[in-house]
Amino acid sequence: MKGQSISERKRRQYVGLLYISPWLLGFLIFQLYPFVSSFVYSFTNYNMTSNFKFVGLKNYVEIFTRDSQFYNSLRVTIFYVLMAVPMKLVFALFIAMILNIRIKYVNFYRTVYYLPSILGGSVAVSVLWRFLFADNGLLNAILSFFGIPKIGWLSNPKLALFTISLLTVWQFGSSMVIFLAGLKQIPKELYEAATVDGISKPGMFFRITLPLLTPIILFNLVMQMIIAFQEFTASFVITSGGPMKATYLYAMKLYDEGFLFMKMGYASALSWILFIVIMIFTALIFKSSEYWTYYEDGGH
Amino acid sequence: MQRKRKEKNKKAVKTALTHIFLIFLGLIMIYPLIWMFFSSFKPNNEIFGSLRLLPKQVIWDSYYRGWNSGQFTYGLYFKNSFILVIPVVLFTLISSALVAYGFARFNFPLKKILFSIMISTLMLPNAVIIIPRYILFNRFNWLNSYKPFTVPSIFACHPFFIFMMVQFFRGLPRELDESATIDGCNTFSILIRIHMPLLKPALFSAAIFQFIWTWNDFFNSLIYINSVRKYTISLALRMTLDTAAAANWNEILAMSTLAIVPSVLIFFFAQNYFVEGIATTGIKG
Repeated sequence: MKGQSISERKRRQYVGLLYISPWLLGFLIFQLYPFVSSFVYSFTNYNMTSNFKFVGLKNYVEIFTRDSQFYNSLRVTIFYVLMAVPMKLVFALFIAMILNIRIKYVNFYRTVYYLPSILGGSVAVSVLWRFLFADNGLLNAILSFFGIPKIGWLSNPKLALFTISLLTVWQFGSSMVIFLAGLKQIPKELYEAATVDGISKPGMFFRITLPLLTPIILFNLVMQMIIAFQEFTASFVITSGGPMKATYLYAMKLYDEGFLFMKMGYASALSWILFIVIMIFTALIFKSSEYWTYYEDGGH
Repeated sequence: MQRKRKEKNKKAVKTALTHIFLIFLGLIMIYPLIWMFFSSFKPNNEIFGSLRLLPKQVIWDSYYRGWNSGQFTYGLYFKNSFILVIPVVLFTLISSALVAYGFARFNFPLKKILFSIMISTLMLPNAVIIIPRYILFNRFNWLNSYKPFTVPSIFACHPFFIFMMVQFFRGLPRELDESATIDGCNTFSILIRIHMPLLKPALFSAAIFQFIWTWNDFFNSLIYINSVRKYTISLALRMTLDTAAAANWNEILAMSTLAIVPSVLIFFFAQNYFVEGIATTGIKG
């Protein structure tokens, strides 16, 4: 590039901007503007009619002091995230470890395990879940075959959230593929050296595999958590938030207030609270990751 | 010798056990889908409380009746889904490739900051922008049309794909660009003639992901589309589920089975692209 004149280089600069301009416009109109304006709306009583006014902190005060469903949905969602995300990741890592031992037909297994991930978010699968876990559904039929009494997978308020989490765990395939690719990058020599040093298999897992995989675990953890906080389809289609609001996830609360009751200002305040909660969880993970994430180059 | 043979046997047993476990797990994973297919031919009393996979009494017309159950046929809902999804996929590919090219191959003012902003929007929860977006689209008169899906894809509003393609561009040697420049190609023809053919796998996996994600999307369809005539498959399924109320479960299972057919087909024909796509972005993230 040394031979280029200054004007040529300048021109090249603007060409770059030209190429990214669709994204830049899209970002400003469809992301930044909505992001900022939802904050502004959260201080108004906007409800899709033309006249609305600023009401100060009223929405927030109402949410925190009078809206009992707010606390419920926040609690339910946090429980869901804490249950579904670790289960999914532990399972994904476990299976990835097994598939990483040089075993035949890896591609076949990978395909089979990955399939649910591409269907999991769809209404069709939520419909299926409703059938499988119904009081007289397939799962209870299997249990009664073994003489185990029926379980209220979706009708027992204490269990329904767990059943919905199972749908999330069922989609472990995409995390598994990411782990599998990460495992492949760990140099074999490390394990050979460890064998020479007489380190046991579990020792290798905790001293080689897990540390070297931590950046990928961090990535998976953050992304899956952000997605889980916004889960909607499962609770909307499978349980409609019930029984007794036990699966009334935050996204459903947001939908009800914003799009059912058209309380857009109120819902904006709710969405900002969710945003802050997600930020706090993300920050906690990143902060704690300084103690448990290992980078080969020693830097961050 | 004896010891060595013993060790070998032990290893064979272990491998066999691993395979048994993996197959068993695979069965558990896939069984719900197989069950859904076979149950779509069962009468109600066999769908519930029965362990048999194959129907005792085969209901042959569940697909026909499910297809024609509502005010419109499922043919319309399938057509609508394709009318929505295909432009979204095409626009996403074009816009993401252009933007990724810009980020990967050019220097311009604020590039680093803009790139970090683009990456951080990967983590921006959709929930926080959905309400003003709805208000905005309402003002544009876009509600009850597919524009809330297609227009953002023209403007590369899916940072995941930009990121994915930037990773692929970074893997292409810069010498390619330089020699083409010497040959008198401008930047756009370098992209079209030199990069595009090499970028095919990336484009292909982006297309598959975007197809399946958009096909499966429910929340956005639910808020933006309200007339039944414009319903996508997701919305139609939920409507059937609501209105059927304990009537003919086999019809709902039949339509659910049909709804996943496009995704499953694409997945089986293109699974390697899938796995590669997700691994590339995942690792380098």
